[in-house]
Amino acid sequence: MTREEVEGGRDEMEIDGCEQREANAIPEGFDANYLKIYYGKLFPHADIYKWMSYGNDGKHPGCDQSYFGRREFSFTLENDIYLRFQSFYGAYELENSIRENCPVKIDIGPVYSVDPAKRRAYAQTGDNVFTPVERELIFDIDITDYDDVRYCCSGADVCFACWPLMTIAIKVIDTSLRDDFGFNHILWVYSGRRGVHCWVCDGKARRLTNEQRGAIADYFRVYKGNENSHKKVSLTGHALHPFLARSYTEVLRNFFELKLLPSQNLFSTEERYEKILDMIHDESVKSELRGKWQENRRSTSKEDINVIRWEQLKILLQSGKQKGQGLRRGIEEIVFSYTYPRLDMEVSKHMNHLLKAPFCVHPKTGYCPLLNNSQYGLPSATLYILAFIFQLCTIGTLGVYPLKVALFSISSVLGHVCVPIDPKKCEEFDPTTVPTLSKLLQELNMEGAKSEVENDWDKTSLGKSIRFFRTSFLQPLLKSCKEEIESSYKTKLQHSKNSINW
Amino acid sequence: MESARSHRKSIANDVVSTLPLYRSAPALEVRLEDFTLFAMDRLRVLKGISDGLSRGKKTEEMEQLAKDLWRANMRHPQASEVVNKDIISHFVLRLVYCRTEDLRKWFLPMETALFRYRFRHETAEAQRSLMAEFDLSYKAVSNSEFESVKDKLCQVARSIGMSLPTADAIFYKVPFEEVPELVAGRRVFIHKGHAYVASTQVVSLVATQFRSHLSKALILTNRKWTSTIREQEKDRLAPIVEALCTSYLGPDYSQPKGFSEISLKDIDDLVKSSFPLCMRHLFEKLREDHHLKHGGRMQLGLFLKGVGLKLDDAIAFWKAEFSQKVGAERFDKEYAYSIRHNYGREGKRTDYSPYSCQKIISSTPGAGDHHGCPYRHFSEENLRAALNKMGVDGRAVENVMDKVQNRHYQLACTLTFEAVHNSSCDSGINHPNQYFSDSQKILQSKNHSDAKINKLGARENS
Repeated sequence: MTREEVEGGRDEMEIDGCEQREANAIPEGFDANYLKIYYGKLFPHADIYKWMSYGNDGKHPGCDQSYFGRREFSFTLENDIYLRFQSFYGAYELENSIRENCPVKIDIGPVYSVDPAKRRAYAQTGDNVFTPVERELIFDIDITDYDDVRYCCSGADVCFACWPLMTIAIKVIDTSLRDDFGFNHILWVYSGRRGVHCWVCDGKARRLTNEQRGAIADYFRVYKGNENSHKKVSLTGHALHPFLARSYTEVLRNFFELKLLPSQNLFSTEERYEKILDMIHDESVKSELRGKWQENRRSTSKEDINVIRWEQLKILLQSGKQKGQGLRRGIEEIVFSYTYPRLDMEVSKHMNHLLKAPFCVHPKTGYCPLLNNSQYGLPSATLYILAFIFQLCTIGTLGVYPLKVALFSISSVLGHVCVPIDPKKCEEFDPTTVPTLSKLLQELNMEGAKSEVENDWDKTSLGKSIRFFRTSFLQPLLKSCKEEIESSYKTKLQHSKNSINW
Repeated sequence: MESARSHRKSIANDVVSTLPLYRSAPALEVRLEDFTLFAMDRLRVLKGISDGLSRGKKTEEMEQLAKDLWRANMRHPQASEVVNKDIISHFVLRLVYCRTEDLRKWFLPMETALFRYRFRHETAEAQRSLMAEFDLSYKAVSNSEFESVKDKLCQVARSIGMSLPTADAIFYKVPFEEVPELVAGRRVFIHKGHAYVASTQVVSLVATQFRSHLSKALILTNRKWTSTIREQEKDRLAPIVEALCTSYLGPDYSQPKGFSEISLKDIDDLVKSSFPLCMRHLFEKLREDHHLKHGGRMQLGLFLKGVGLKLDDAIAFWKAEFSQKVGAERFDKEYAYSIRHNYGREGKRTDYSPYSCQKIISSTPGAGDHHGCPYRHFSEENLRAALNKMGVDGRAVENVMDKVQNRHYQLACTLTFEAVHNSSCDSGINHPNQYFSDSQKILQSKNHSDAKINKLGARENS
């Protein structure tokens, strides 16, 4: 939490991600220039404006002209200067301010009852007149919350073995938001480093109260507790709720058995299998398994030891159930503990929580995710090093930049853009190939001559993301917003007509 | 609003149910004594419910408790006046509890809980007629639709231990926003934004509506109070209204009183001698990790403020810890501001109150968090270990664990207090700062009596 988190509404408020920014050595001014170009040529200002106006662009008599101006933005500038309660009259002002300020990070807050810049005038009356009135339903999933169940990485690192946890989180939550809650306009965004954000933008979602948001977050909550508590996942009852059952059979079980088990070697050492044994309530089953595994160090079969032990565990737990061991769903509890999405509840529950805007560049990523001690180091790691050295040579400003540091903290060079993720194809999403700031600028330079392409971003790999944003999210959303504005306008006209008739 | 006009009109009793909805203030004449007495009787009921909830009583126990409390306190010698007492007391308390956010935050859930328990005791017919009052366009699910979702409805029922819906069971299909607690508990089947609510769960629907109506009414009442009534009634009702609430809720510890000013050098000793377990744990983790997540910073930070730690000392304290992990510069940039904010020196300058036990118990610490109530949130082994570290062992620990198993978390903390200080705590622990100040009182009186004994000894020997 930082000072950003406390001002504003009556509830305490948090902003994601600020806590774990890592210290690193970057020459000053390096990012600022790149960012300037990014905001000048690539950042999709107009699309963000269109999105945030939700159809209130003044073209229809039913539009609310004040709507966009009541939305809070906040800018984090270099040197950690923080500007909250920024608001703008229209697209031009928004773009201008971003280009002038060149923020390292842009956050989006709620739509307030009055223009945030004028809030002080209203705060005095003590009647809560300055208050959020609309806000997307948002979710934040961060891979660091899974540190107790992944052995390949920890902290802000991500690799091929653990990123899939994010993929299945998207699948589970996205399906439920659509099928269970009936939401349609959902945007998933890569948070730039180690997680994903979700923006639910239906009108119904934007108008939810804090209590209703909390209820949805609780509906999604399965994993409770931390290192102090014992049972983190508790699934009892003769059946699972349809939502959990569907998640289990359609996503979680297969992922656990086919992917996570082997890639994380969940049973390969005593320390690791003890963690799982800890989740079992039946003492006799526990000790039987423990006995088996302690003796059987050398595996005689060719099959993966994790798979074998999991099968053994399943058999024992299932037979225990038949003996009337009761309502504990031991197997599901284990699978859910390892794979079920872990949401940050506080982000979703409060309307005034700020969240990073899509298409921001993640500032100063620190260590390259490929260069950790993961067993999944990829050949492209060398390419990255070479690319960086190449850039050092071409840019020239970093002559004094120590090479040793350069090899291991390919930091600002790898500023990932927070691009949208297609939930229907989320397995294909690879965080390591997300366009980075320097890559985009390089692409821009190389394609610079071509003038038949209308938009600069189309010359780069950002083009794909922006086009996806437009076609599968923005356009359907705006269409539905226009319809809403149209129909409520008609109703209003009808009412006033009726009241005129004596 | 209450009015003392001579216009008398008693409310026609509802034929089916005596559960009023408090839609509008009755035009009744009320004697001033009744004004106060009725309100205090109702307050006793609400307080009893509040206590029951904070002890984690289950729904069935709460329903019985509410019934008993109502019967004990809300009687009236004249049978015809019982309903009037109900209504009048509600409206008086509205006046009392509308005036600040904290008061509203307490009153609203208590009244809603009371309504809910009383609703459950009504007959099915009475319930239906009450539902009709709410003007909600409920759609009872048609037979064909029921058939199509029957499997899922059965699955939900089995998952929460409810009896399976029979062929003639009535379900209501409502937008999920209208039953937030059923959604939160995964106690309903939801599909495309609609929740299928069983007739036994209808109380949830009705309670949500009741609450939202009362919430708006409280805001309106507050406006009227502030703008006109308070002035008009400053010699008559205002003093009564003000007395009625402060006598109950107790101190909120936002302004430390009396001796409680502590300095940094005393802190480590104070932690061992007078901090409740929740704060002790946070403190130790802070010392260990040189960091705490947001929930922990709020819970511990506000507690320290309530205990008398001055702002400058607080900043020095947190800085000394955090700079070992994130560096002094980052601390100044990212964390110092929020400490000042907690002390009301930034932003809209609210002086935030330290959290009560009820608030702490109901928090939801997640991965990496250390806040919350250890009696609730710790596993049994971790809790035992923590208690041993505090010097509680043997039979005392068993007594504490027994309370924990019955979900009487505050009683568990009280027993710990008693074991650590070797003296009884009759009022029970409701607030961590209360634990601290009670502890300090005991220790200081011990010091005084020790000093007296020494003096006596000295005198005798001289």
